[in-house]
Amino acid sequence: MSWPTRKQSETDASEKKSVGKGVFRRCDGCGATLTAERMAHNFEVCPECGQHHKLAGRRWRELLLDDASFEEWDAHLLPTDPLGFSDGKAYGDRVASAQRSAGTKEAIEIGRAQIEGEAVAYGAFVFAFMGGSMGSVVGEKITRLFERATVERLPVVLLQASGGARMQEGILSLMQMAKTVAALERVRAAGLPFLSVLLHPTTGGVAASFALLGDVNIAEPKALIGFAGPRVIETTIRQTLPDGFQRSEFLLAHGMVDRIVSRLDMRAELASLVRLLMRKHAGDPASPPHAGA
Amino acid sequence: MAAFALPFEKPIVDLIARVRELRELAERDASLASELRQLEEQTAHLARELFSSLTPWQKVQLCRHPARPYTLDYIEHITTDFLELHGDRRFGDDPAIVGGLARFRGQSVVVVGHQKGRSTKEKVTRNFGQANPEGNRKATRLYELADKFRLPILTFVDTQGAYPGIGAEERGQSEAIGACLAAMARARVPIIATIIGEGGSGGALALGVANHVLVQEYGTYSVISPEGCASILWKDGSKSDLAAQAMKMTSTDLLALGIVDRIVNEPPGGAHQDAYAAAKLVEASIAESLATLCALSPEAIVEHRYARFRGLGAFVG
Ligand SMILES: [Zn+2]
Repeated sequence: MSWPTRKQSETDASEKKSVGKGVFRRCDGCGATLTAERMAHNFEVCPECGQHHKLAGRRWRELLLDDASFEEWDAHLLPTDPLGFSDGKAYGDRVASAQRSAGTKEAIEIGRAQIEGEAVAYGAFVFAFMGGSMGSVVGEKITRLFERATVERLPVVLLQASGGARMQEGILSLMQMAKTVAALERVRAAGLPFLSVLLHPTTGGVAASFALLGDVNIAEPKALIGFAGPRVIETTIRQTLPDGFQRSEFLLAHGMVDRIVSRLDMRAELASLVRLLMRKHAGDPASPPHAGA
Repeated sequence: MAAFALPFEKPIVDLIARVRELRELAERDASLASELRQLEEQTAHLARELFSSLTPWQKVQLCRHPARPYTLDYIEHITTDFLELHGDRRFGDDPAIVGGLARFRGQSVVVVGHQKGRSTKEKVTRNFGQANPEGNRKATRLYELADKFRLPILTFVDTQGAYPGIGAEERGQSEAIGACLAAMARARVPIIATIIGEGGSGGALALGVANHVLVQEYGTYSVISPEGCASILWKDGSKSDLAAQAMKMTSTDLLALGIVDRIVNEPPGGAHQDAYAAAKLVEASIAESLATLCALSPEAIVEHRYARFRGLGAFVG
C-alpha cells in the first residue's frame, strides 16, 4: 500500500495549464505536441488519440457538476501526526509541502452537488496530495460522505485516484478501510446508489475497500486499477507483467468493472445512471414515476 | 519443539527446554513439584527480563517465528467438533485461509483464520498464509453463514498480507477484500478477532473487522510490512528496523492507539515455547469477550462494531 512515485510520463498535464498560451505539451499516449491551451480545453484528453491525462479537482467539478452547485462539506478537517512519524522527513513537513503543491488541505474533497439537475453526494480524491493516499482525514471525510448521503437520501458519486493507505499514519490508515466500508453498508441498506468512478491510479487500500464495491463501477480508459502495485507483483513473482495488466480494459475483461467511459462522456453517463437507479424520468428530476414502488 | 532459535532467544531456550523436561518428570514424581516451580519461576523471570527490552523489529521476528502456533493449532486446543468447510463456491478452495464450524466451550461458532504451513511443502501449499481472492471469498461466505445461523465468529489473523500475484489480480483481490470488510460490518453476530502472529495490511483486515480485537503479546499489526515500508519511504529495504519502530506495530502500541481492545499474554519466551498454554490464555480472553458480546442484540452488535471503527482516526476539526 503505497503511492507510486510519479514517473515523467505521468506528470500532471493540468499543472502547466496556468502558464497559458504558447506552452506546449507532449501527449503521453501518442507523443503528439499540442498547445497546453488545447489540451486544457479538452479536459486533458488528447484530441489526437484520446489519452486521458490527470485533471485537477477544480476542472473535474467544472466538467461534471452543474455550475455553482458544489457545496463543500467538512473542508475544515486537517491531518495530525498521531505516530510522530518521520522517515528522515517529518510527516508534518510532508503534509505542509503537499498542501502547498496540491493547493488543498487534504487528499479528498467532498460535498453536495448536482449533475444535470440530479442532486448527489460527491467526492473526489486529489492525487496531487501525497498520491491521494488515505489517512485519517480521507477516511473520515469518505465516512461522512456516506453517512450524510444516507441521511439526505442522495446517491453517491466518488472519483478515486489513490495509491492506497497513507503509511505515515500507520495502522490508523488501515482502519479507515474498515470504517469507510462500514459506512458504505449504510448507503447500501438505505437503497441508495454508489457510483464508483475509478481514475488512474486506484490501488492498495482504496482499491481493497470501497472502490470496487460500487453498484456500478466505472473506469476511465487505461487507468491502473489493482490491489498490489505492478512493481510489488513483479518482485514477488519474478516475472514481467503482461501488457495492459491491471488496466481498465483488463478489469472489464475480468468482470471487475461495468463500463469504461471517456472523461468527456462522464457527466451524461453519471446523470443517466442516477436517473435509472433512482427511478426518475430523463429531464424530469423532480418527480419519480413510481415513488411508492 | 522450538529447534530454531532467534539470536536473542538463545539465553533462555535451554532453560525452557529444561522446564519442559522437568514438567514431564514431575507428572510421575510428585517430589519434583517444588523444584519445578522454582525453575519455572526463574525461567519466567529471566524470559520477561530478556523480552522486556525487545525492539519492535525483534518482535516482528517473533511474530513470524517458524515454530509459532498457527490457526489450526488454536482451533485444536480451544475448540471441539471442528468441521472444516472448504471453497468459495466460485472458483476454488484456498488453503491459505481455513474455516468451518466448531464448538467453543460448548457453543456453536464459526471459525476463520489464516493458515501458514509448517513443512516446506505445506508452506508452499498454504502460500505462506497469503490468501488469494478465493480465500477471502471463502471468509465472506463463512461470515454470511454465521450471520444466517446466528453463530458468533472467531477469527485468527496471521498473514503477511493478501497475495500480490497475476491470478489474484485477474480474479479481483481488491473486490474480494472489500467484500470481506462489508460482510463483517453487516454481520448481526459477535465477531472476535485474535491476532496470533503477523497482521499484515488489507489481508489481515479481511479477518479483522470485529467487535473485539485481541492481540497476543508478540503479535503485530501494520498497514504494510516493515520491509515494504522501508523500501518505499526509506528507499532501502534493510531499514526495516526503523520502519518497524516508526509504524508503531507492537501490541502495546496497538493498545495505546485503540486499535486493539486487549493484549493476551504469552507463555515465557513466547507462544511457540508452549502452544497449549498460549492457546489457553487466548481461550480465556475470547471467553470473556464472548460473554460480554452475546448479551447484545443483533442490532446492537452491528452498532457496537460500527461505533468501534467509526472512532478510529486522528484529525483536527
Ligand atoms: Zn495523444
